[in-house]
Amino acid sequence: MAEKSIRTAIGEAMRAEMRRDNNVILIGEDVAGGQGCEGELDAYGGVLGISKGLIQEFGADRIIDTPISEMGYMGMAVGAAASGLRPIAELMFSDFYGCCWDMLYNQAAKFRYMFGGKAVTPLTVRTMIGAGASASAQHSQSPYHVFTSLPGMKCVVPSNAYDAKGLLIQAIQDDDPVIFCEHKALYDLPLAASEVPDESYTVPFGEANFVREGEDVTIVALGLMVHLAAGAADELAKQGIGCDVIDPRTTSPLDEEAILESVQNTGRLIVVDESSARCGFAHDIAALVASQAFDCLKAPIKLVTPPHTPVPFSSPLEQAWIPSGERVAAAVLEVTMGLDAKTAMDTVMAAKSAAA
Amino acid sequence: MSLTKEQLLDYYRKMRNIREFEETIHRENTTGEIPGFLHLYCGEEANAVGVCAHLSDDDYIASNHRGHGHCVAKGSDPRLMVMELYGRAEGLCGGKGGSMHIADLDRGSLGANGIVGAGAPLATGAALTQKVKGRDNVSVCFFGDGASNEGYVFEAMNLAVILKLPVIFYCENNGVGEGTGVDYAVGADSIADRAAAFGMPAKKIDGTDFFSVYDAMEEVVAHCRAGNGPYFVEAETVRFYGHFEGDPQKYRLKEEIDNAKLHRDCLKKFRSRVIEEGLATTEEFDSIDSDLVAAYKGYVAEAKQAAWPRPEALTEDVYITY
Ligand SMILES: Cc1ncc(C[n+]2csc(CCOP(=O)(O)OP(=O)(O)O)c2C)c(N)n1
Repeated sequence: MAEKSIRTAIGEAMRAEMRRDNNVILIGEDVAGGQGCEGELDAYGGVLGISKGLIQEFGADRIIDTPISEMGYMGMAVGAAASGLRPIAELMFSDFYGCCWDMLYNQAAKFRYMFGGKAVTPLTVRTMIGAGASASAQHSQSPYHVFTSLPGMKCVVPSNAYDAKGLLIQAIQDDDPVIFCEHKALYDLPLAASEVPDESYTVPFGEANFVREGEDVTIVALGLMVHLAAGAADELAKQGIGCDVIDPRTTSPLDEEAILESVQNTGRLIVVDESSARCGFAHDIAALVASQAFDCLKAPIKLVTPPHTPVPFSSPLEQAWIPSGERVAAAVLEVTMGLDAKTAMDTVMAAKSAAA
Repeated sequence: MSLTKEQLLDYYRKMRNIREFEETIHRENTTGEIPGFLHLYCGEEANAVGVCAHLSDDDYIASNHRGHGHCVAKGSDPRLMVMELYGRAEGLCGGKGGSMHIADLDRGSLGANGIVGAGAPLATGAALTQKVKGRDNVSVCFFGDGASNEGYVFEAMNLAVILKLPVIFYCENNGVGEGTGVDYAVGADSIADRAAAFGMPAKKIDGTDFFSVYDAMEEVVAHCRAGNGPYFVEAETVRFYGHFEGDPQKYRLKEEIDNAKLHRDCLKKFRSRVIEEGLATTEEFDSIDSDLVAAYKGYVAEAKQAAWPRPEALTEDVYITY
């Protein structure tokens, strides 16, 4: 089996589903590119080239480049989904959700319920999330916590290529609307590459993945944060501290059981989350554990999130904004060894420079 | 020609300033030291300068992702803009915004913008301020042919018409939005005609010719200052570089770009007309060019050495009070 990147895995998933089902279409800005230009058609294949080649195989009736009109084309995708197609709508950067939100928030997500269980709206929204590319405040956010808060909407945040392919195929086949969040730092990250079968397969929603297993602390992380958490766990293992690193893979539905069971074993919880310092995914997990497994807790829950600020441009500020492996490790030392925050961080940094 | 020699050289200097800014960034970007997305304005300079020539610091502009030229033309200090692109503390926005968010409120600039089309309602709001306060100031929204298809741009146009607001919708039609051509993305025969249907005057001009922009804007700005409501201008222009730095530009032919650089370069056109009419000499233009080349070398050298923002800056300025 070949090692593939998330970029390749997502492309394969779309192609396989489009071959399987003629109702699957792709709608978005420059998903092919070159329409109305003198040069090549399919000049982009999505701004990152992920849908490249699809228009050659499936034609412009199914690979639809749109004008820059997010509310319009997202609404069109929702309407098409509710009337018999199975659209994949690409929202280039998740930061632009403000430009199309009503169609997801008040329309797609609510149809099933409002219409008394009669509507089927099989829409998949693919969108980029994530900081770290110096893309500044309007192209770096990870609003999956907002998507997760929406009843009727499912939300996927893959962390590796195998999951990305299986989860995207599941999203496209799923009869409910799904927002599929792709972290821009993961597309070509070697750590996120994995063995991916050429054939189609699905990864079910609501089933967490145990990335590392350990007895002392539960670390819940999503997307890019999974790799930070796993890295920290590997370092801590050398010091005899064992971490259960859980990647829920989907935030809605959420595998509550996996998280609660793990915390029952470890008695400690850390959540690493790039979404928000307030009302974020981390807070949701913390509330779950505090309300349902309080008796098991041996230490306060620690949340490793960005500060309550927009994403800054300047590289040193942006690096400080993104949760780091060091902050994860320090949080583990706080909850396992009872160190205060400063001592914990000093210890981590000292170990890091000793290793270097 | 009604412009004095001093004015002519001044406008040339501004356009050349923008060109040098962008060429410098284009060159320096290859070293990997400039972080983030960069959208260059080369080829479109006559628009920013020809429009802003008629504006004061009390008039507003709202710009877009391709905003460096608009900011320079509106009077922002290019030295501080270069600092901003390098993410340094002394940058125009303290290094916190970067290329796509350069703003300068003291100069009447509501900023570049990462959200395509967002400037249209914002400029309409700035025009509302002028109307409510009883001033004769105007605001200008610079946006592209691609942005002309955003719903909120249409909504802003209708609001401006019904409220009779002094806002100028200045559409820089460079033929392409990212990698999608305007003929595909705009269903109407012309963007200007479509705008006229909203109930405001609209004209189409040559955005590669400074004088065409300057003359048109004289009338357009006067119309808005006099309280006659909004105006729409579609300027046909060209983009010399890719959508963003690093764009392989497969959607267009190399000849298209070469041809534009040869025949539709607003700077070359300006120079040859002014020299032909005997209003300035090649030497005078050349000396402006070399001054700017030297200035930008200095800005870059300085920016590369400049201090990063303090770590505390991360959490500052989220709110005014909290
Ligand atoms: C709401 C929104 N949608 C999409 C984008 C991505 N994007 C950035 S610039 C651009 C093209 C804009 O084209 P146009 O308005 O013609 O301006 P030009 O780049 O040609 O100057 C696109 C699609 C964005 N930044 N914001």
